[in-house]
Order: sequence, then structure tokens, then C-alpha cells
Amino acid sequence: MQGRRRRELALQALLAAALLGALWWLLDVTAANMAERGIRSGFDFLREPAGFAIGESLLPFESTDSALWALAAGLANTLRVALPAILASTLLGTLIGLGRLSPNLLLRGLCAAYVETLRNVPLLLQLLAWYFVVTDLLPLASEALQLAPHVFLSKSGLAIPWLGGDSGVLDLPLRGEINIVGGATLTPEFLALFLGLSLYTAAYIAETVRAGIQAVPRGQSDAALALGLTRVQLFRLVLLPQALRSIIPPLTNQHLSLTKNASLAVAIGYPDLVSVANTTLNQTGRAAECIALIMAVYLILSLLTAWLSAWLERRSGRWAERA
Amino acid sequence: MKPTLLDWLRRNLFSDAFSSLTTLALLAAALWWLPGLVDWLLLQARFRPDAAACAAVNHAGACWGVVAEKYRIILFGRYPYEEQWRPLLATALLLTAILAGSLRLLSRGPLLAAWTLALPGFLLLMGGGWFGLSPVGSDQWGGLPLTLLLATLGMLLALPLALLVALGRQSSLPLLRGLCRIYVELVRGVPLISVLFLASFLFPIILPQGTSVDVLLRVQAGIVLFAAAYLSETIRGGLQGVPAGQHDAAAALGLGRWQALRWIILPQALRAVVPSMMNSAVSIFKDTSLVTVVSMYELTGALSLALAGDAEWRSFQLEGYLFIGLIYWIGCYAMSRFSRGLEQAGSNARAMA
Repeated sequence: MQGRRRRELALQALLAAALLGALWWLLDVTAANMAERGIRSGFDFLREPAGFAIGESLLPFESTDSALWALAAGLANTLRVALPAILASTLLGTLIGLGRLSPNLLLRGLCAAYVETLRNVPLLLQLLAWYFVVTDLLPLASEALQLAPHVFLSKSGLAIPWLGGDSGVLDLPLRGEINIVGGATLTPEFLALFLGLSLYTAAYIAETVRAGIQAVPRGQSDAALALGLTRVQLFRLVLLPQALRSIIPPLTNQHLSLTKNASLAVAIGYPDLVSVANTTLNQTGRAAECIALIMAVYLILSLLTAWLSAWLERRSGRWAERA
Repeated sequence: MKPTLLDWLRRNLFSDAFSSLTTLALLAAALWWLPGLVDWLLLQARFRPDAAACAAVNHAGACWGVVAEKYRIILFGRYPYEEQWRPLLATALLLTAILAGSLRLLSRGPLLAAWTLALPGFLLLMGGGWFGLSPVGSDQWGGLPLTLLLATLGMLLALPLALLVALGRQSSLPLLRGLCRIYVELVRGVPLISVLFLASFLFPIILPQGTSVDVLLRVQAGIVLFAAAYLSETIRGGLQGVPAGQHDAAAALGLGRWQALRWIILPQALRAVVPSMMNSAVSIFKDTSLVTVVSMYELTGALSLALAGDAEWRSFQLEGYLFIGLIYWIGCYAMSRFSRGLEQAGSNARAMA
């Protein structure tokens, strides 16, 4: 036993030495390369003016603001598209997942077709297609489609009523001479990203929900129906509490991958974190720093989500016990 | 009594009031939408590569002529036009090897031989520079062959790495365990784009001067590193699923640690996770589209290359997206059906055992 312990210690020491050696060599080469090409390093660029504009931003941003603030605006934009998309994809995904378990053949088939189509085409392709549909195939703002009172859809985006404005509480968009005036406008970039992320992730969430409900033993449904519960009661009181336990971990995983997939914004020009960091990288040449920042932010998001998921799991466990 | 058509209808479409309503609503929606869809897809569509005719229809019908006009660039990217039989042949070679492997057309020995021929054959055909084939730099590779190469090589190289990492996470050395864990958590926590940025911007800076690694290789390395992290979690699941009794039995038979691993543990662990590995393969196949972002013209990039800059055809990009979407769909659907088949076969085998 003693001999084995000693051997393991020696092996680890060797591993550590090799690792440090490789790291040292890597840093040495990198430093030499950077000196040769005149690349500076460090995070000081974060305090300097960004020098570029951001197409749309939740946080007030101008090109004279610091690069750090630009990245913060990017992160805010990531969350601005990810959170509504998480909500929409969960709702739609749950409905489709339930639809796949329906006794109705047509509904079952339709939901299955949805899942099989959306899951088997790359998200990037779907985003590009949505973006093209919004920016090229929709009518000009002067001939905008009216979807509902004071809701207009056109090449320039979706105009919706919003808080504020001169009239008091609600600012309503109206048809102007060439443009829609008033209200708030969701840009084509935002719309395409939101639609693409929601519809794509909904297909995965549908499968998660279906698997979760199917994992509840059949006897549970039979017993509940024998007790005289209606289908709605059966679902709310018997299936859902038990299914949630197995649904929540993969569901939060889906939410996390949606947030990571929001980084595809860079392909359609929505200024999310990755997109802004990419612009910063091109302007300052600080590749290592910018990539490290992207990765750090996403790692923190992942850790937070994992923590939230564990908490939810505990909660749902308690709920199931009470029900 | 034999179930009649009426019974079938009642059970599947009109089992209760809600189901009946759903059926009627869906049929109504189909009547409302389908004619327009068929009109757009086929009846009003233009199939000849005639931009004027396509423009005249004004999107009332699809312009499949765009595919007829541009399919060479979409499928092969910037590969020299006269030489495009080479990527065609290379693609056929790789697809044959993949099909031969998955449909078990060959036994193990010939299959291994086929693969060792197919991959170098693919690279030699694409790259040229021998037998009078003109050399074509990898920066000119594109379209479907590039997508297939990135996905196939990504999967093939990620597997052994993933296996090592998965074993590393079970090692008795805490340092090795920790390192493998950090690698997996780190990669799984970040988006693929950031890994591709790393590969395309950072690899050149961290490699010794004078060694320039071409961008295809760098991006391929990025994909391998990314995929291996996910695959290693799958394999780890398989390793943990092998009952402890198997380890004990192997030890009792006098097998060493490596022998037990090679002959007892791994065969069971890997067989159990083949379906989830197929799911990873589907993901990798789809994820190759992201290399567009670092300016490589695989299938998705090649479509933009073909259409975005062409004023005459650019308004028919949707048809182009549908076309390559269909190619991706066929690949992914085939893989997921295959995986489901394996799962079925696995559960049948277990039921018989």
C-alpha cells in the first residue's frame, strides 16, 4: 500500500512538472510572438473609449463610452434576447411535448413533425433564414402589415405599444408618411434571433417534457383514472409533480444551451456579448483577453444556472412530497 | 371482432370532444394552408435557372431555379470549377465509408481497411499535388465535402480523446482527475463560437514562430476539443453504468486493471452509450455550420458565398436555405433513425438475455 501511494505521488509530481513546463513554454512562445508582432497585452483597453457604435442597446451606450461598458451592454443584450426566448421556448415546448402524447393522431403527428424538422437543421441556418425572411421578404415600413391594433410588422421590425410617450402612460405606434411612428420597435436582428432560438429550443424542450411524462409509470395514470380523476386533474396532481423531478435538470440544461446559442447573434449582427467582444477584438487586437472575457462570463452563467437548477430540484422534490 | 375503419377513426381522431375539435380544427387549417403551400412549392414554382422568370413570379412561387443555377458553388464552395469532380468523388468516397460502417456491410477487418483508404483518399483527392492533379489549397475547399470532413474527422478524433478524458476522471490520481474535470466543465460551459475564435485568433499566437498551421486544421482542432468534452461525459456515464460486480469478477479471474478495462469494462460501457454518441454526432454535424463565422465556406458559408453578393439571385436566398436545410436534415434524420434502431436492437438483446 505504501509503495502504491508513493508511486501515485511521484506520478502526480511528474504530471504537474510536465504541465508547468508546457505552460511555461507556451507563455514564452506567446510572449515572443506578441513582442515580434507588436501586440500589447493586458486589460487596460477596457477603460479606454470603445470607439464603435452598438446597433441597439438596453443600456445607454455611445461610442465614447468605455469598452467595458460596451461589453456590459452586450451582456445586457444577450440576456434581453435569452430570457424572453427561454420563456417562449418553454411554453411552446411544453405544449408540443404534451401534444406528442395526445390520443389524437393528427396532433401527435404534427408535433412529431415539428420536433423532427426543427431539431435536424442547424440553428445557424434557421437564424439566417429568419433574418432573411424579416429583412427581405416582409413589406417596407410604408406598407407595414398590421397584426393587431397598433402592432405593425415590416422590414424595419415589429412596432409595439410601449410605456411612456407624450400622451401619458402608453405610447402607441401609428402609421406615418413613410415610417411607423411611436411605440417601441423590436429590430429585425432581435426578432430573427428571438424567433430562431425559441422555435429551435422548443423542439428540444418538447422531447424533454415528453420523456419526463413518459417516465412516470403507467400504473400511476391507471390508478388515478380508476380513482375518478379527470384528465386535467390526472395531469396536474399526478403526472406533473412526478415528471417535474426528471424534467427540471435537462430543462435547465436546455435554457443554458439557449443562452450559449444566443452567441450566434454574431452571424446576423445582433450586438450580443460575443458580437461586441468580437468587434472589440478586431479594434484592439487583444484576442486572448476578449476571448477570456467571453468564456468567463459564460462560465459564470453556467455555474449560476447549475446552482439554480439544484435549488429548483430540491424545491420540486418537496412539492412532489406534499402533493 | 375485427376492428373496422370506423373504430380506428374513433380511437385516433374522435376519442372525445376535445380530440374531435382538434381534428376538425387541424383539418380546417390544412384546407386553409395546404393549397397555398403546394402552390408555392410546386405549381407556381420556377425550376429553370432563369432569373427573369423567377423575378416575374414575385415570390408567389418558389424559385428552385436558384438551386439549378448555383448548385456547384453551394455544394463545392470556391473549389476550382474544372476540378470539381474531385470533391464530388471525395464526398462519394467518404459517404460510402460511413454507410459501409453504419449498415455493417463489411466485417471489421475490411471496414478498417476501407476507412484507412477513404480518409487519406479524401484528403489526396481534395488537396491534389500528385498524379498530375493540380494542388488545391485547403482555403479553397468548401461546401458539402468540407462539412463532411469537419464532422467525420471531428467525431473520429474526438472519440479517443474523450475516452482518455473519461478514464482520466476515474483515475486514482487527484491531480489528473481534477485536470480532466476542469477541461470538461470549461468547454461545456462556453459556446462553440468562443472555442472557434480561440482556434482562429489565438492558436497562431501561441504556436512557435515559423510553424503556421492552416486555418482548416486549427478550426478542426477546435471542433475536436469541443466535441470531446461532451463525448467524454457520455462515455463516463457508460463507465459508471457497468455494474461493480463486473470489476470484481474480472479481478477474481486474475485480470489486471488494463486487461479488465479492455476486455470487460469498455465493451459494455461503450455499447451502452452508442445511441447517445450518435446524438453527439448529429450535434457535431450541425455545429460544423458555425465555422462560417470564422470565414470558412462549408455548406452554410458556401450558400452565402453563392447568393449574398449576387444582385440577380440574392432575393431567392430562402429557397437556397431550404435546399441546404434539406441536405442537413437528411443527414441528421438518418443518423437519429440509426441511433434509434441501435437502441431498439440493444433493448431487444437485453430482453432476450
